[in-house]
Amino acid sequence: MEPVRTPSPQEKPGKPAPPAAPQPSPPSGGGQKGAVEGTATWALSDRIGLAICWTLGLLFCAIAVAIVAYLMVQGIKFLRPEMLWTPAAAGFTEGETGGFSDALFGTMIVAVMGISLALPTGVAIAVWLVEYGRPAPLARITEMTIEAIAGIPSIVLALFGTVIFSSTALGFLSRTTEGVVFGRSFFAASTMLSLVALPLIVASVREGLNSIPRHVREASYAVGKTKAATTRRILLPTCRPQVATGAMLGLGRIIGDTAIIVVLLGATQNFSPVEGARFPFNYLRGAGTTLTNFVYEASPTGNLNQPEKAYAAAFVLLLMVLALNAAVDVVHRRARKVGTWSH
Amino acid sequence: MESLTPNVAAQRAAIHPVSSATPGPPPIRRLPLDDPGTATEVTAPIPSSDGDGAQQSGFTAAKRSVGAPQFSIRRMEIDEVSVSYSNRDAVKRVSLPVRQGEVLSLIGPSGCGKTTLLRSLNRLTELTTSARLSGRILLDDVDITAIEPTLLRRRVTMVFQQPNPFPMSVFDNIAYVLREQGSRRARKKSLEPAVHSALDRAGLLEEVKDNLDHPALKLSGGQQQRLCIARALAAEPEVLLLDEPCSALDPKSTQVIEDLIVKLRDDVAVVIVTHNLQQAYRIADHVAFMYLGDLVEYNSATALFGSPREQRTQDYVSGAFG
Repeated sequence: MEPVRTPSPQEKPGKPAPPAAPQPSPPSGGGQKGAVEGTATWALSDRIGLAICWTLGLLFCAIAVAIVAYLMVQGIKFLRPEMLWTPAAAGFTEGETGGFSDALFGTMIVAVMGISLALPTGVAIAVWLVEYGRPAPLARITEMTIEAIAGIPSIVLALFGTVIFSSTALGFLSRTTEGVVFGRSFFAASTMLSLVALPLIVASVREGLNSIPRHVREASYAVGKTKAATTRRILLPTCRPQVATGAMLGLGRIIGDTAIIVVLLGATQNFSPVEGARFPFNYLRGAGTTLTNFVYEASPTGNLNQPEKAYAAAFVLLLMVLALNAAVDVVHRRARKVGTWSH
Repeated sequence: MESLTPNVAAQRAAIHPVSSATPGPPPIRRLPLDDPGTATEVTAPIPSSDGDGAQQSGFTAAKRSVGAPQFSIRRMEIDEVSVSYSNRDAVKRVSLPVRQGEVLSLIGPSGCGKTTLLRSLNRLTELTTSARLSGRILLDDVDITAIEPTLLRRRVTMVFQQPNPFPMSVFDNIAYVLREQGSRRARKKSLEPAVHSALDRAGLLEEVKDNLDHPALKLSGGQQQRLCIARALAAEPEVLLLDEPCSALDPKSTQVIEDLIVKLRDDVAVVIVTHNLQQAYRIADHVAFMYLGDLVEYNSATALFGSPREQRTQDYVSGAFG
């Protein structure tokens, strides 16, 4: 019987190193098993497991590359710069129907409004849960609520949003005609979209706060600092990368959401500002559209049925999301330069 | 144990004219060593010859290189203090004096309550909700429960086992202590002298003065720990608590920090928790041996290691358990 090497749980998931990866082996003692570990001594099941991990990993890489490459090709083929500043219009020919500038602006508006609601709330909830968290039952309920919101499909949130924002009390947030509240506006959509982003931000910031060793907090208390000062000056700056990650992930969800836009933003193809309201409230109270909605409408199933423009818009959307991912990377790389504690 | 002579009380009154009741900038407490007027109440004479006793107890260590304290002033008084965590007693009715001018070391096996006792001195135990403290701890004759915790913790600062500089520059680590709570109002220029002096007292200034903007977490382990000591000293404390400050460090850094601790004992009362008996022997003037929450023996370092009174101390220092 060969000695069976028990694999540790960390070895299976993640990105396993290539088994036959050429590693610089030290000139002396190169025959040691620890230096370059082959799988020859592994149990059959472990070898199969490793093979599955590799296959799946490569498969997902291939899928991601295929999506990006296809959209790149299609997007570059159909995207015309003027689409970015021409609003959509009714017409019979390609030239007459315009671009998707309103959708692009709409995406930016909901992104900014949604994240500026979700980020402070999310950070505050995370700080309260980790640093205070008392009374414990209330903390537990808060946790469960956040988890529940994370699990609710956005179309359900959207329906709930129509109930809230159609109420007369909130009439000032959307178009109101003869006492009837329309309930669809940038305000309504952004508020509900912030709920989509909130759980991601809370989870990310909590993770960041939890990763700060207890003795670091105590070091701050031990020189006479209050909890508030410690949070403000030590803890939050330390988990800046996690705050950024949460914000980026949240932004990604906000600009990628379609259901809430369709239900709560009105699904028009252009801005429809409310007459009589002051700028910018006339736009924010009115209905509008976003890129996701435009892609949906322009796809063969939608009302516009202009797949070329759907590709172009989807390409722009994809670029935005990729830019967000790159930004997260930059923040993390910068944070690594500051160093961290041993636990 | 000895009581305060009137001379010392008068001297302390002179050092602390406003006592501890009023908040404000702590008075300068540097004492000239060779001034006969201030050096008073020399503690129970510590025998300078230590070879014989050490062999008698079975404890072997390098020769003590530290001279006897020049003076000692009582700063804190631990009076029948017990601490329990949800019905489990961690510290049982411990009484100890903490004096400026000498190093007090708490030794004992893991879980004997020495860290808990140390943390209760600046009310850090209160951060653990299940911790209950009874008995009295006096700082300059004022019960510490009567002092605002944030104020108390500026007068009794602490250094931890793991080097834990804050994730900012070396300068900002010290400046953080000097600034009012969360405020950033005090500008860099005005804080510079105080930051330099704190780094100097921790023996770090020479190494870092050219790049004070360097991220503190990129310093070496020993430098990080000295930065933490500098940070603790920046608050101008009366008592410095050290919780196994060298346990994460290499021998060379350890020696640098040990030398530093001995140097500091004239400026602040030093209490150090250590697992390392040799370390306690090298740097402490008085040693308290704790076991399962009890204070088994308190004596001068040479006496405790050389000729322990208690059998348990004898067993511990000779390595029979631990």
